Amino acid sequence: MAKQGEGGGYNRPRLQLHVPEPKFRPGDTVDFSHIVVPEAGVQTRPDEACEASETNPLCTDLVRVLGDDNKAHGPWDPRLTPDKLREMLRHMALVRAFDERMYRGQRQGKTSFYMKCIGEEATSVAAAHALASDDMVFPSYRQQGILIARGYPLVEMINQIYSNRGDKLKGRQLPIMYSSRNYAFFTISGNLATQLPQATGFAMASAIKGDSRIAAAWVGEGSTAEGDFHSALTFAAVYNAPVVFNVVNNQWAISSFSGFAGAERTTFAARAIGYGIAGLRVDGNDPLAVYAAERWAADRARMNKGPTLIEHFTYRAEGHSTSDDPSAYRSAQEREEWPLGDPIMRLKLHLIEIGEWSEDQQEAMDRELAESVKAATKDAEKNGILGHGLHHPFHTMFEDVFEELPWHLEEQAEQAIRERQIKWPQ
Amino acid sequence: MATVSGDDVVSLHDAPTRPMNMIEAINDALDIMLERDPDVVIMGEDVGYFGGVFRATAGLQDKYGKTRVFDTPISECGIIGVAVGMGAYGLRPVPEIQFADYIYPGLDQLISEAARLRYRSAGEFIAPMTVRTPFGGGIFGGQTHSQSPEALFTHVSGIKTVIPSTPHDAKGLLISAIEDNDPVIFFEPKRIYNGPFDGYYDKPTRPWKDHPDARVPEGYYSIPLGKARTVREGQALTVLVYGTMVHVAEAVCREKGVDAEIIDLRTLVPLDIEAVEKSVEKTGRCLVIHEATRTSGFGAELSALVQERCFYHLEAPVERVTGFDTPYPHSLEWAYFPGPIRIGEAIDKLLGA
Repeated sequence: MAKQGEGGGYNRPRLQLHVPEPKFRPGDTVDFSHIVVPEAGVQTRPDEACEASETNPLCTDLVRVLGDDNKAHGPWDPRLTPDKLREMLRHMALVRAFDERMYRGQRQGKTSFYMKCIGEEATSVAAAHALASDDMVFPSYRQQGILIARGYPLVEMINQIYSNRGDKLKGRQLPIMYSSRNYAFFTISGNLATQLPQATGFAMASAIKGDSRIAAAWVGEGSTAEGDFHSALTFAAVYNAPVVFNVVNNQWAISSFSGFAGAERTTFAARAIGYGIAGLRVDGNDPLAVYAAERWAADRARMNKGPTLIEHFTYRAEGHSTSDDPSAYRSAQEREEWPLGDPIMRLKLHLIEIGEWSEDQQEAMDRELAESVKAATKDAEKNGILGHGLHHPFHTMFEDVFEELPWHLEEQAEQAIRERQIKWPQ
Repeated sequence: MATVSGDDVVSLHDAPTRPMNMIEAINDALDIMLERDPDVVIMGEDVGYFGGVFRATAGLQDKYGKTRVFDTPISECGIIGVAVGMGAYGLRPVPEIQFADYIYPGLDQLISEAARLRYRSAGEFIAPMTVRTPFGGGIFGGQTHSQSPEALFTHVSGIKTVIPSTPHDAKGLLISAIEDNDPVIFFEPKRIYNGPFDGYYDKPTRPWKDHPDARVPEGYYSIPLGKARTVREGQALTVLVYGTMVHVAEAVCREKGVDAEIIDLRTLVPLDIEAVEKSVEKTGRCLVIHEATRTSGFGAELSALVQERCFYHLEAPVERVTGFDTPYPHSLEWAYFPGPIRIGEAIDKLLGA
């Protein structure tokens, strides 16, 4: 036998391994003309109770409502009131103001870590507006917009980010890994995609109990490669679970472009077809399209018609996290050239177009939101910032591992307190 | 005799009993908990209509319906992940993993999620689930139907690990596990599902029928987690053991005429450290036995604890009898299994020291 790597000596063509490569790297001129952006309003909208297979064409299309003329078009227009539109705009702008401030806070050393969602605000805010406030959401780490849309206090978010004595999670979790049962916001895990089967299980439980609550989960396109994605969709399909899976396709998983999750061959929405569940691919920077799709899927789930997978086609406009520098792996021009624009800008222009908003109002709102974030930051800082002593007592580190403290944790807690007394004698 | 049901407080001594094997005891515990708590649901591969490959869930779907007891896709990650979500909703799921050897696809959901849910959410969300899974060797199960992976779980903060060794304990411990608000991994030693096993594989196995620990009380009762059982009191040495090996250790000590104190740990985490300390301080000698591989096995933890806490009472080094550090072999099963010869040698060494 020939040695491996020598072609084998057979009269057969050599095989070649395909390793995906993004179209543009740092310094490259960006041309996104290969991305097909259909005209807004041309996609059909099947009934929520339709057979899953009727949505197959929508899995490779792109549902859009807001056109280049800033008007709403077609059957997916959710026909929201101007008040509702202004509320969504406000929440998206607040998320952005919050992100800017927290990013700065990390750079100033007030905390260890932060993750922005710049450019993806619609995928959480508009989606949250389409759900009932008690529908349990199973977010990834980039859906802070859900908390903001649900009115979760900014101070609580910042307390968590600063891991201070006001932090409801007692300083145990990395910043941005929020949790709030009261706001039906499931505890965020660092382990990717684990929330997907959990959302399915929550939805199954709701169905077992004859409840009316549904579950909605979020995951990045990169994490769809995890086995949990497959398990979640299989179980959701088998038990017809009332759950909505949101895949936020922001093109990048840290430094890996979406091709490493399989995007070169098909869309992420198209994965729904193989599981026999409904699928929709939407313009993730079009808040009206995101709202309409989420509402469609939620209504479908509530009617016992089962799960839906929504791909939100969007773009991660900034670095993955405060620990990441995207200029090391992608062209800075991508953000400017992104063909679907900016979700906040698009909703703002729509409201102006229909005579319900103005640039002046936008400026005033942005100023007010920046002030309110600043005020919340100041309030939170009274509870301390990371590493400045105002944390929870040492004993709390050992609590909640189990419902009750077993003997070995009690012994270790005594040790930690003893060490503290040695370091800081009274 | 009065029937026992519901929340009636009864002394186990007064409760009517009937002989059960371990499978029947487990089935009975599940039946009782399905009846008592409408939030208990059972799921797993083949557990529904068919009643489980070991019959542990036989008859339960018929009695409680398909939304309480149901079959799942073949996905351990899915089974455990879905159970975590059900727990977050407020149910009390009892998922089954068909063999402990197949729990690994579900490990991320167990270790990263179930075990940490309460901690990372500061108690907002909990995972009150009990993962039942048959484990252990001695059945010619080969590499993937014989493993004892308990040390992978005892190493994880936030999971309780429980292993019964008799039908009586299996029922009482399983009821406690299901009622417990922490995630519990409940390892069932499948070698002793139908009868105790003394390690003499070449002799016929006795059924549970006539064994005193097969007299299982009717109705509801629970055995607290974290409490060991003294199988036999003695003065010469302490044997720390659990699962199938309880019976092997008992037989060897009996044959050798050794006055051993045999402690069936029953719960590995949280461990009944008082029972361990009290016994070793009395006997001054300690033998740790498990089927699992040796290196970094739970025996290492037991040995270290005894050494740290009973050092001045020890008259000999702590001995460990375990499986070898190899995958579980098929044809050489009985050369691998920590049987009477290996245990006998360790006892001689301890007593000769």
